[in-house]
Amino acid sequence: MLGTLTILLLCQLAGELIARLLHLPVPGPVLGMLLLFAGLLLRGGVPRAVQDTAGGILRHLSLLFIPAGVGVMTHMERLGSEALPIAVALFGSTLFGVAVTAKLMAALLRRGTDGETRP
Amino acid sequence: MNAGLNADLREIWVYLSASPLAGLTLTLVAYQAGLWVFERFGRRPVLNPVLIAVLLITGALTLSGIDYRTYFDGAQFVHFLLGPATVALAVPLHNQFNQVRRSALAMLVALLVGSTASALSAVALAWAFGGSMATMLSMAPKSVTSPIAMGVSEQIGGLPSLTAVFVIITGIIAATFGTWVLNLVRVKDWRARGFGMGVAAHGIGTARALQVNEVAGAFAGLGMGLNGLATALLLPALYHLFR
Repeated sequence: MLGTLTILLLCQLAGELIARLLHLPVPGPVLGMLLLFAGLLLRGGVPRAVQDTAGGILRHLSLLFIPAGVGVMTHMERLGSEALPIAVALFGSTLFGVAVTAKLMAALLRRGTDGETRP
Repeated sequence: MNAGLNADLREIWVYLSASPLAGLTLTLVAYQAGLWVFERFGRRPVLNPVLIAVLLITGALTLSGIDYRTYFDGAQFVHFLLGPATVALAVPLHNQFNQVRRSALAMLVALLVGSTASALSAVALAWAFGGSMATMLSMAPKSVTSPIAMGVSEQIGGLPSLTAVFVIITGIIAATFGTWVLNLVRVKDWRARGFGMGVAAHGIGTARALQVNEVAGAFAGLGMGLNGLATALLLPALYHLFR
């Protein structure tokens, strides 16, 4: 657990450093994810401890969104004065995004030869 | 009440309302309460644990007169973990790598189209209904996980904290109405259903997909990771192109 946490932080730190040194428009944690992914590919497998700790963190992923979500209270004024455009845009684009992505992927999977995981 | 006890209570309150302990504890307690309500009342998507927790905390802070900055001093320890959690997404990505490679082309096309469709439709709808420039720019990256979305928002001149709010609301909308919309457009393949939730609604969509089906959950995690990457790379470029 401690070892994995250290690996995750080292990858994030390396990602932040690379992004800043090379002026890349990519957030550090994303580069960190790519670094860890490359490392796992090179190693040819995921160590048990890394598997467990990563799973533990990701199982409660939605908890991590709460502090930022409470930030809604600092934006009440804007949310009130622009309620219609914000509500329409968030509802419309989210449901449109889910539908377009899933429909297109399902159509492309059907055309391919690998359609065995049907419900 | 005894005057000494009263003074003690006031002192304790002053300590607690300013210490990180209160904000951190409140976040965890509210999340557990959200999970409890969700499990207790039949795991209905409307009873999203994040939504319940945010409402509980906002209510508690408003009632006690504690401002967001003071709360965040404590809650930032939870918020900070979004970074390592993003890195940890490499693990499910690697786990699914072989299964994923076979549907790579379908996924890549669906990712690029879905990611662009989410961002552009959000900006276009906000514009059509009279949203301000700051709102439109803050809305563009709202489909991806908060640390990435906030970083992108900052780069293109949006308000990162407003983007974070849009990110959460997007996730809650998809978790609540995603199943309904996927049935409406008659998508039955669990891989496609999960991928759509992950691409359009990041971690909260993925959490919902995981509750419904394991394959959907894996592909949702992948969609979230890939769209995080695609949005981080493409959106700043797209913005500079159109500016």
